[in-house]
Amino acid sequence: MKTRRSFLVQGVAAAASLLAASQAQTRTVRIGYSISKTGPYATGAGITTLPNYRLWVEEVNAAGGLKLATGSARISVVEYDDRSSPEEAIRNIERLITQDKVDFALPPWGTAMNLAVAPVFARHGYPQVAVTNLSEKTPELVRRWPSYFSLLGLPSQYAEALALLLRNLVAGGRIGRRVAVVHTDDEFGLELSGAFRRAAQKEGLELVYFQGYPAGFSDFQSLLNAVKGRSPDAFVAFSYPAETLALPEAAAVVGFNPAVFFLGVGTAFPIFRQRYGANAEGIMGLGGVVPNQAWRTYLERHRAVTNQEPDRWASPVTYVSLQALRVAIERIGKIDRFQIIRLLRQETFDTLLGPLQLEGNVFRSNWLIGQWQGGEFVALMPERPGALAPRVPKPTWNR
Amino acid sequence: MSILDALLTGAIAGGVYGLLALGFALQYGIARILNLAYGEGVVLAGITTALLYQGLSLSPLIALFVLPSLFALGNFLLHRLLFLPLVGRTLALDGEKEGRLILLTFGLSFLIQGFLAAELGGQLFSYSYLGQGVSLGATTVALNRLLAFGVALALVALAHLVFTCTRLGIAVRALSREPEESLLVGIPATRLSTWAFALGGGVGAAAGVLLSTFHALTPASGPEFTLKALVVVILGD
Repeated sequence: MKTRRSFLVQGVAAAASLLAASQAQTRTVRIGYSISKTGPYATGAGITTLPNYRLWVEEVNAAGGLKLATGSARISVVEYDDRSSPEEAIRNIERLITQDKVDFALPPWGTAMNLAVAPVFARHGYPQVAVTNLSEKTPELVRRWPSYFSLLGLPSQYAEALALLLRNLVAGGRIGRRVAVVHTDDEFGLELSGAFRRAAQKEGLELVYFQGYPAGFSDFQSLLNAVKGRSPDAFVAFSYPAETLALPEAAAVVGFNPAVFFLGVGTAFPIFRQRYGANAEGIMGLGGVVPNQAWRTYLERHRAVTNQEPDRWASPVTYVSLQALRVAIERIGKIDRFQIIRLLRQETFDTLLGPLQLEGNVFRSNWLIGQWQGGEFVALMPERPGALAPRVPKPTWNR
Repeated sequence: MSILDALLTGAIAGGVYGLLALGFALQYGIARILNLAYGEGVVLAGITTALLYQGLSLSPLIALFVLPSLFALGNFLLHRLLFLPLVGRTLALDGEKEGRLILLTFGLSFLIQGFLAAELGGQLFSYSYLGQGVSLGATTVALNRLLAFGVALALVALAHLVFTCTRLGIAVRALSREPEESLLVGIPATRLSTWAFALGGGVGAAAGVLLSTFHALTPASGPEFTLKALVVVILGD
């Protein structure tokens, strides 16, 4: 009798410990995000941000989950569409944190969206490891919201790198000093063109044309004819994707082929190469990649999991932001957001882009200027190991 | 030089927007339906053209013949099954009915946008077709814009001819001006309005095909085109 009872007790204990073990195994970390799946921001979010969120979650779960002190924890995802509306994004993040009780929230796409939700992240003490929030004011904002991060750098960095690149070309006797600038008339275009104007004057470049155009503009022929009339050596457009896609065709039509042809957001998108093929060759833009083994592996995985190619500017940085977040979580070993934010501010992370450090919550060592060379958008600036030499003058448009 | 440039690009853009507005006007003016999902049809046709061109190398010129007929058929069914039961056989519209119709098209617009977002995500659709320049005296224009302008002008002129010179056209105009009285003189008003709605959808699809040859489209660009068509119709009224 006695042995039978002890056997029973043992059995129950074994079952309980098994149950406990399986519970520890199935523990999940809840991650939520609000992203623009419809509306005007859906393009940027759909190319840059959402595929990387999905890729990362898939990869972490395939590796058995996040390694916490209590064991591995798989990621479960809560995903909302903010319909490109900041109010909706704020409501979504609030709901993710207070009702869905997510352990972490991933940031939305775009500067305006990230600024809108920043107070919510900060109030609840959630890290906002944002990528697509490009603003000169970021260092100020970080003082107000210590949980706010920005991984794409500052607009002035890009403008100064471009001015420096052109100055070097002038000094090397490869182009003249005449530069024409057009920009889209909104925050992004004004901030970048303003910073570029200051940097160009400092570097001794001559601005022979400087003109804004309304966002969404698509008939560039007459504008480019006017630019062509000033015969610049370098053409710089701080443009948005639809405009970026329209500009080379219009330039080819009016026969405008300056030695340097620089375009804004969208130059690094896979659709740009798909649309222009050999004509993309030599066109410069924001971002750039070092086509090494790490990049190729990332490219392959991105293609396999999301069925599309990453862009060559913010996509790898978005992936890197998640790599850093993962390391920070695993190093702390539990969901302690305060400690994780502190670690993100201090630590150096080993990532796809090499060592990543967030100085004052900003990643300042991103690739800034790239160029299509041999079918890849390679990095030119800043000048450091990995960067390639610019091909100037750009080849003529072939019909 | 720059003024001539501006005039020319303005005229060319005007031609395509004219076509865009013509389809919208057919649906609103004759079938009395303020179709807020009109832009979604335009975008759907444009994106389909881009996908056919990239996937199967099907020329947009072929798409220009195929897609408008398909879209006209789709709009025909839409009108018969969805809108006509709301409008009623006498085509008498009061404020309440009109409000319901607008809400219905609004919902339809969201439905199509949601479907496109789910299927295609936030991609951009853009391709190179007839991008080379054509010299027009002092200035040059891309061939694709010139083609779009030519086709748009031809279609608008054709519509004008039909409306002014044929018995059918007179009936349509009567219907658009006095829907109730037109019933009294034996105009088959419901049938005619269904046809006008279908035709409007077809014209919108043609505008979408032409636009896609030089304009980058996203699944979210629908409302932009509805708005543009609406503005042209209001200004031109």
